[in-house]
Amino acid sequence: MAAGAAVMTDRGPARRALHPLAWWAWAVGLAVACLRTTNPLLLGLIAGVVVFVVASQRSSGPWGRSFGMFVRFGVVVVLIRVVIQMVFGQRLGGHTLFVLPQVYLPHWAAGVSIGGPVTLEALLESLWQGLRLAVLLVCFGAANSLASPYRLLRCLPAFLYEAGVAVTVALSFTPEVAATLVGLRQARRLRGRPTRGVAGLRGMAVPLLSGAMDRSLQLAASMDSRGYGRRVGISRRTRRLTEGLAVAGLLASTAGLYWSVTDGSDNIRSTSAFGAGIAALVASMVLAGRRNPRTRYRPDPWRRPEWITLGLAAVALAAFAATSAGLQASVYPLRAPGLPALPALAVLACALPGLIIARPVAASRERPAGSFALWPRPSAEPVVMAPVGRSEAGSR
Amino acid sequence: MIRFAQVTFCYHESAAPVLNAVDFEVPEGELWAVVGLSGSGKSTLLRSVNGLVPHFSGGHFSGEVRVDGRSTRVFKPRDLADVVGMVGQSPAAGFVTDTVEDELAYVMENLGVPPAAMRRRVEDTLDLLGLHDLRTRPLRELSGGQQQRVAIGSALTAAPRVLVLDEPTSALDPAAAEEVLACLSRLVHDLGVSVLIAEHRLERVLPFADRVVLVPGGSLPVVVGAPAEVMVTSPVAPPLIRLGRAARWSPLPLSVRDARRVAGPLRERLRHSPQPPAPRPPGPAAAPVAEIAGLTASYGDIVALRDVTLKVYPGEIVALMGRNGSGKSTLLAHLAGLRAPRPGRVRVAGEAPHRLAPKQLNRLIGLVPQDPAQLLYALTVADECQTTDRDDGLRPGTTAASLEGVLPGVPADRHPNDLSEGQRLALALAVILASGPRIVALDEPTRGLDYKAKERLGKTLRDLARQGRAVVVATHDVELVAQIADRAVVLADGEVVADGPAREVVCHSPVFAPQVAKVLAPDPWLTVDEVTEALTRVEP
Repeated sequence: MAAGAAVMTDRGPARRALHPLAWWAWAVGLAVACLRTTNPLLLGLIAGVVVFVVASQRSSGPWGRSFGMFVRFGVVVVLIRVVIQMVFGQRLGGHTLFVLPQVYLPHWAAGVSIGGPVTLEALLESLWQGLRLAVLLVCFGAANSLASPYRLLRCLPAFLYEAGVAVTVALSFTPEVAATLVGLRQARRLRGRPTRGVAGLRGMAVPLLSGAMDRSLQLAASMDSRGYGRRVGISRRTRRLTEGLAVAGLLASTAGLYWSVTDGSDNIRSTSAFGAGIAALVASMVLAGRRNPRTRYRPDPWRRPEWITLGLAAVALAAFAATSAGLQASVYPLRAPGLPALPALAVLACALPGLIIARPVAASRERPAGSFALWPRPSAEPVVMAPVGRSEAGSR
Repeated sequence: MIRFAQVTFCYHESAAPVLNAVDFEVPEGELWAVVGLSGSGKSTLLRSVNGLVPHFSGGHFSGEVRVDGRSTRVFKPRDLADVVGMVGQSPAAGFVTDTVEDELAYVMENLGVPPAAMRRRVEDTLDLLGLHDLRTRPLRELSGGQQQRVAIGSALTAAPRVLVLDEPTSALDPAAAEEVLACLSRLVHDLGVSVLIAEHRLERVLPFADRVVLVPGGSLPVVVGAPAEVMVTSPVAPPLIRLGRAARWSPLPLSVRDARRVAGPLRERLRHSPQPPAPRPPGPAAAPVAEIAGLTASYGDIVALRDVTLKVYPGEIVALMGRNGSGKSTLLAHLAGLRAPRPGRVRVAGEAPHRLAPKQLNRLIGLVPQDPAQLLYALTVADECQTTDRDDGLRPGTTAASLEGVLPGVPADRHPNDLSEGQRLALALAVILASGPRIVALDEPTRGLDYKAKERLGKTLRDLARQGRAVVVATHDVELVAQIADRAVVLADGEVVADGPAREVVCHSPVFAPQVAKVLAPDPWLTVDEVTEALTRVEP
């Protein structure tokens, strides 16, 4: 291990990226929290914390750059929600802001209204609901750009490895197909053929599919030449047993989940099926993992920063579960939303990973080894939470 | 190390065997070059080393291939992964992961190499191939040369005893190709790896080869021998060898250094002959057919072209040269109206190409892209020709006639994917020429072409120029430039660094000089044909 240790100092433990599962747990924790609230102050706080952490921690690859897309998508969702409410929404009482020209529908379409008076209450309600969806999207985008799906897939247990590779290949396939499509469109333009409409689609589908086939074959050959699917030292019986256990476990746990959702009365049946399924899955994983000849290159370690991040997500969830007053923005009667102290503090605490963990740095970037990224570098996204983050650091 | 014992192989759909009683043995620590015309079975031979043929391809296989004592009859490709490293024709198509480091580690993960050894080997490979700065970069963002080095590295990390490479330098500029070959030669000398390498551009690989395997195609037996012996009769021969044959040197020189040592008398004889014809002055009286002024282009924050100004005149062949990623393809894309110039001005016959409708555009300029198959959609060659006639409102049979002119004997009932590289290029070119464009542009046309197909292409392009069309060729192939170009434009990082008569530009560059020029410097001879013609004049 001496060589490994030497290399570690070269890269520096401070520069390592957080375990992808920790980031996903963190993002999921915040996402679930925001499902419980429509309070715009809390939602804004969550969004701010997420943007701050992403700005200071995201990786430099293409996935890292995808965050802006999710933010834009969120804004679009809010706009759509508000416009739909203005045009088609229920006519609720309250303070009328303006009146849209109303369309009277025949009696069989009763209940659907188009246009009419738009009240402040209705507008705000749709705005807060749209905001909740948007923040949910931002959380998902954060998980993607902090830990790419590739890295997440690398954490799969050994017996899911082959399914994981299939997903990895599919993920890298999509951009490839998009690039081929651009090439094909250009080629059709060069030959003076239509690139749009049915004719264009038909003309491009065949070369696109045959190109994809060719590429899959080449990829399969390359993977096979590089030892994919080697089963050295695993007896056929063990393999059958592992696979059987995995399938049975999946079936049983799914059935248990299904019963618990559809039929709440028979708790014993659903719980025992779910428990047995999980046990079979774990047994299959253990069995497969024990005899698997594969090893993993630089597995992501799970250390204190990961525990802290996971703990923060749990704290946020607990705070939102324990609080009941103030989570929902009151529209009837119209009241300025308050900021419930416990959830707000819990969300603020979730900004901690952005402060204490050094940003992962690509080898060719200018930042020297081991430097801590206390402040996000200037970026396109507004960093709303920077001042709050500072006070957080001071109080720590 | 690699033992072929009476290997005969036949694909399912064909009657004649591709490999016929192939029998040879590659010893440890030697680099062997596999040469032959395109479609002669080089790739089949290479893929049978680790059992991809026949386990992956199907077909009828007899005889036996043994690698390090293991027979491919028993062991599948995946079980040979620790002995044979395989690098395919297009590296990007074989990538499984998304970053350089993960790609290098992939094969070791499958082999179950302990993590500590894995770390060490990845570091060693990064250093060996000069990939250290790229370790965390996404594979898709790398240049062609970098991708090729990663592909070689990802085969090397398994510490194989045998490395098999199928045209590893075909996508690379001259400097990057030399880098890759130098690296391979180091592996052979330092680590004792046996290397089997197929290559069309023999001039690159011949100086490094210990032996040559000539695959003549057409079920003829393969010839194995010392490079200088095999090259005496080989149907594929680089310019250096053809120069040696013309000058009757024996043994044939394999490197420029060897040739220069014996070239003294030849240089002396050539001095008595009139110097090679002076280049036609670029920019004749005619008005330029294409004009590019102040063109800048960028992809995201990467600048591809910087303030490029260029004029193309009817009847001339312009070669665009420069290393991988220097902006050649982008320049062609602007010329063909695939990208809007901003800022800058592009005019083809007075029109802005990106604003033209496709129907008008293809009467002005035709572009054959790097992968000519992208232009072809029909299921047979005949169908492709007929569709083109119909779409362009031509007399039935025009495109087929034009194809016959570019390359006779392309089978009309074949699917375009089943044609040889040269035939496919000819078909794409015929399709493009059907609408009678005034400029013909080709992006890297010699990829995968053997010397005969290349010569044929050169002749076609010369004819086009004689008809008064302008030809613009973006290429790494200095021998093609020497053969056909009137003018050479060298791009570097998106800027034009040289623009002048091809002879001057090419002869004065150590990277872009063709082999004949290197041997006969300081005299400005470029091609073997020029030299043989001059020799017949000196001594009829």
